[in-house]
Amino acid sequence: MSKQRIVVVGNGMVGHKFIDNLATHENAEDYEIITFSEEPRLAYDRVQLSAYFSGSTAEDLMLTSEAYYQEKGVNYVLKDKVVTLDTQAKKVVTESGREEPYDKLVLATGSFPFVPPIPGRDQPHCLVYRTIEDLEAMTASAKVSKIGVVVGGGLLGLEAGNALKNLGLEVHVVEFAPRLMAVQLDEGGGALLRSKITALGVQVHTEKNTQDIVAGETCRYRMNFADGSHLETDMILFSAGIRPQDELARKYDIAIGERGGIVVDNNCLTNVDDVYAIGECALWEGRIYGLVAPGYQMAKVAVSHITGGEEQFTGADMSTKLKLLGVDVASIGDAQGRTPGCKSYVYQDGVAEVYKRLIVSEDNKKLLGVVLVGDVEAYGTLQQMCVHNMDLPESPEALILPAVEGGADAGMGVDALPDAAHICTCHEVTKGDICSAVAGGVATIGDLKAETKAGTGCGGCVSLATQLMNSELTKLGVEVNTDLCEHFAYTRQDLYNLVRIGKIKTFDDLIEKHGKGLGCDICKPTVGSVLASCWNDYVLEDAHAGLQDTNDHFLANLQKNGTYSIVPRVAGGEIKPEGLIAMGQIALKYNLYTKITGGQRIDLFGAQQHELPLIWKELIDAGFETGHAYGKSLRTVKSCVGKTWCRYGVLDSAGMAIRLENRYKGLRSPHKLKVGVSGCTRECAEAQSKDIGVIATENGWSLYVCGNGGMKPRHGDLFATGLDDATLIQYIDRVLMFYVRTGDRLQRTSVWMDNMEGGLDYLKSVVIDDKLGACEALEAEMEHVVDTYQCEWKTTIEDPEKVKRFRTFVNSDEKDNTVVFVEEREQIRPASEEEIVRFVEPEPA
Amino acid sequence: MSEENKNWQAICASTELTEPLGVRALLGDEQVAIFKVKNELYAVSAIDPFTNAAVLARGIVGDLSGKTVVASPIYKQHFCLSSGACLEDEDVSVKTYAVRDNGGQIELAQH
Ligand code: SRM
Ligand SMILES: Cc1cc2nc3c(=O)[nH]c(=O)nc-3n(C[C@H](O)[C@H](O)[C@H](O)COP(=O)(O)OP(=O)(O)OC[C@H]3O[C@@H](n4cnc5c(N)ncnc54)[C@H](O)[C@@H]3O)c2cc1C
Ligand code: SF4
Ligand code: FES
Repeated sequence: MSKQRIVVVGNGMVGHKFIDNLATHENAEDYEIITFSEEPRLAYDRVQLSAYFSGSTAEDLMLTSEAYYQEKGVNYVLKDKVVTLDTQAKKVVTESGREEPYDKLVLATGSFPFVPPIPGRDQPHCLVYRTIEDLEAMTASAKVSKIGVVVGGGLLGLEAGNALKNLGLEVHVVEFAPRLMAVQLDEGGGALLRSKITALGVQVHTEKNTQDIVAGETCRYRMNFADGSHLETDMILFSAGIRPQDELARKYDIAIGERGGIVVDNNCLTNVDDVYAIGECALWEGRIYGLVAPGYQMAKVAVSHITGGEEQFTGADMSTKLKLLGVDVASIGDAQGRTPGCKSYVYQDGVAEVYKRLIVSEDNKKLLGVVLVGDVEAYGTLQQMCVHNMDLPESPEALILPAVEGGADAGMGVDALPDAAHICTCHEVTKGDICSAVAGGVATIGDLKAETKAGTGCGGCVSLATQLMNSELTKLGVEVNTDLCEHFAYTRQDLYNLVRIGKIKTFDDLIEKHGKGLGCDICKPTVGSVLASCWNDYVLEDAHAGLQDTNDHFLANLQKNGTYSIVPRVAGGEIKPEGLIAMGQIALKYNLYTKITGGQRIDLFGAQQHELPLIWKELIDAGFETGHAYGKSLRTVKSCVGKTWCRYGVLDSAGMAIRLENRYKGLRSPHKLKVGVSGCTRECAEAQSKDIGVIATENGWSLYVCGNGGMKPRHGDLFATGLDDATLIQYIDRVLMFYVRTGDRLQRTSVWMDNMEGGLDYLKSVVIDDKLGACEALEAEMEHVVDTYQCEWKTTIEDPEKVKRFRTFVNSDEKDNTVVFVEEREQIRPASEEEIVRFVEPEPA
Repeated sequence: MSEENKNWQAICASTELTEPLGVRALLGDEQVAIFKVKNELYAVSAIDPFTNAAVLARGIVGDLSGKTVVASPIYKQHFCLSSGACLEDEDVSVKTYAVRDNGGQIELAQH
């Protein structure tokens, strides 16, 4: 049997998905695929288009490659638009005159941006936002513009606004409707979004109907509005909605909806035999789906129909959860409350800037829609409740009320989900799959990902999957309370936000406002660390001293016999002979055990409490400073000698290591931090096993993140390549501060990464693309820590009141008689219990 | 023994104590950890019974289920400051001492 010829018009996101599904189908060899694209490249990730403005290249955005198509035997023709369609002769003709017969035709032509017919709209610097070429035009225009206006305050418009902001323009958003995101949000949600966005410096103008665009006085153009007001701008970006690209179908005998769109049935077939339409050009039951996930579903259905399968398209959920200009926004179902008789519950917190609304059925039994702004934590559960038409709990308000003590848990509902509920739509993982994985022993999100693939696609389902996993674990009797301890019903991240946003400076203040009781050895060091990350005060100030674990309190590492070890900083492992000699002399004088550590520095063991300030006085006089070996903070930056000496080195790795160590020393974080810098890819500094790894290449630095040695080794993920010094440091600043903000208590970066929704790509989008609009703040927070660095030991020995705390006894100068050393290999070591009993137990009086 | 009959030993000025940091004192040859928490004074043996290291004065003070406790800095067991009982292991406890602020002077005595 000869192969069936499948022609795909349009190689956008959905067209490509179709091809990929068919080309990897078990019967793929029965089909010959050819695709035409009007664009000069194969499919790329339109959803991530904005990433282009924060460093991603067209290359990074590609969803596929010519090599892949060649390997799969897929024929492709770029930059050639299909202009003629003959459904009788079953062939298409392109602009360049190429004719192609088909057995099955798939229209995946997407949509085009709608530009309202405003006089003056055709001038230069009046742009749209849909393709990579559009991005190039925006970038070029931004170079010669100061102010940019986005016409349209919908989802895309706000994203475009962010893009212009990233391009350095002063941004205005002009919206015809009375509120932002009018399609998705209700009035309250829109108002809060507006206030948040305005606070970010984007000016919002609602109820503005543009009359014309004329030459401006202070700027290139002036936009005149129907109400008589006007706005001057250098650039205008239209983002007033999309229209289905149905031109081709329209010209021939294919049925088109009243307001556009190619009509399809549940098989994605049009009214003409063997012609399918999928993605944004398709109209199903009167609806166009302007999102990629429903398009992907259609692609699957069309492949299934062609290959004799039974899948049907039965509509898709239009719920959305997004971060727009750094603001969390979500809408589910009938967010506007248009269902007759519906009622709603509203929760608004003007302080934390949170707005939540539930729209419920007239009988208060079913959830119809949801609006969330500022806190979208409950999105997963609520969306599932809506999609599965589940019964509401007795007091639906509990679903949006904050989890206060004694209050109901907003996470309820996962239990009520049916087993068939799709938790992860990317990988079609159901609730049942997750439950059986947990029953089979899975207890962490990392394992759950590995076991079920849930959460490894877009990452959007991770929080729901985690909730579900935790609820199953609880049922199995495993404790999964996420409260930090009995004093705070919050996680470390929550406390971080409370401290930062509430400008809280002390533990006492925090526990009075947000906790109860005295605190304990869990919450005190955690809060101590958070306070230090935020404000970087001296850790032994009276208000903070009691929070510190003994190591931080005595600025040294407690050993098994109650003595301490001392690790001065040796940045990058580089130490002068004078330093070595001084350290040796001090060790001799105080009879300390000395050892080279695994972190390229020297540890002096066996110092008694009262000796610490004396020893440190001498170390500081010899030019040393504290090494923070005791803190949950930057430990060492391991280096290799690099270009300076090594015949293979390509950059000065030791120099960079020293620079990084001096920059991040003193940074308190959820757990300790280690960094490595290697001078070439031989990787002698083992940088890939560090939280931050830097490796020199001919093209600049490669940055690896979230590596770990220790109990569960993990190689760092390659984060960016070809970096110059400044960009390298900028990225590290951002990654580290983001970790400080969001890491859990005692969570190394490796585990943090494994638990992060969206994983590496998400971290890149935050750090490189500034998806949260947070980079400026992250850098400023790091700058603060760098600027306020102090050697804690220096501060301590200069303050007699603090030095007093190191006395062994308040009422005596005697030494601690429980500390007993014996000799081994000609150095001291703590005596074992038997040795103490046998030889040195003090004579009974 | 009634309060007055105790053999009170002067230890230090009460200004030497900073809430909630512990200090270590010698009572005869016994090492004692003294704490002031919410204006209450507590005194327990400074020796951690799990390691025999004299570290309890250096632990973090707090409360757990209503009991005022100190956590050993070595393996983090908690000891009730009033009774000396270890919360993690009912067979283990530390000795407690009588302690008072006598007109600005901290004093210790055997119970
Ligand atoms: C001193 C040193 C061993 C040595 O003699 O070489 C050491 C000693 C300790 N390590 Fe380490 N680690 C030392 C290098 C390392 C390294 C190697 C490195 O840094 O390149 C690792 C593996 C790399 C890593 O961390 O990813 C390492 C992985 C650990 C871990 C496991 C961490 C993990 O994520 O799995 C712990 C346990 C923890 O932190 O919870 C730990 C904990 C400890 C503690 C704090 C255990 C404790 O509570 O007493 C030890 C205290 C040291 C002290 O009293 O001074 N130490 N430790 C090294 C100090 C380096 C320095 O100059 O600061
Ligand atoms: C900036 C931006 C952000 C977005 N963000 C999100 C988001 O966060 N979430 C989400 O779900 N969706 C988002 N979308 C929407 C998403 O990109 C679309 O739903 C998706 O791209 C639709 O895929 P498609 O294949 O149907 O259309 P397209 O990706 O537009 O592909 C259609 C292709 O067909 C080509 N073509 C058209 N006619 C012809 C012809 N006659 N001959 C040859 N080629 C032709 C076009 O040039 C185009 O390349 C966003 C869109 C944009 C622009
Ligand atoms: S990593 Fe490369 S530059 Fe550094 S010491 Fe090893 S071989 Fe030399
Ligand atoms: S929905 Fe699970 S990863 Fe996308």
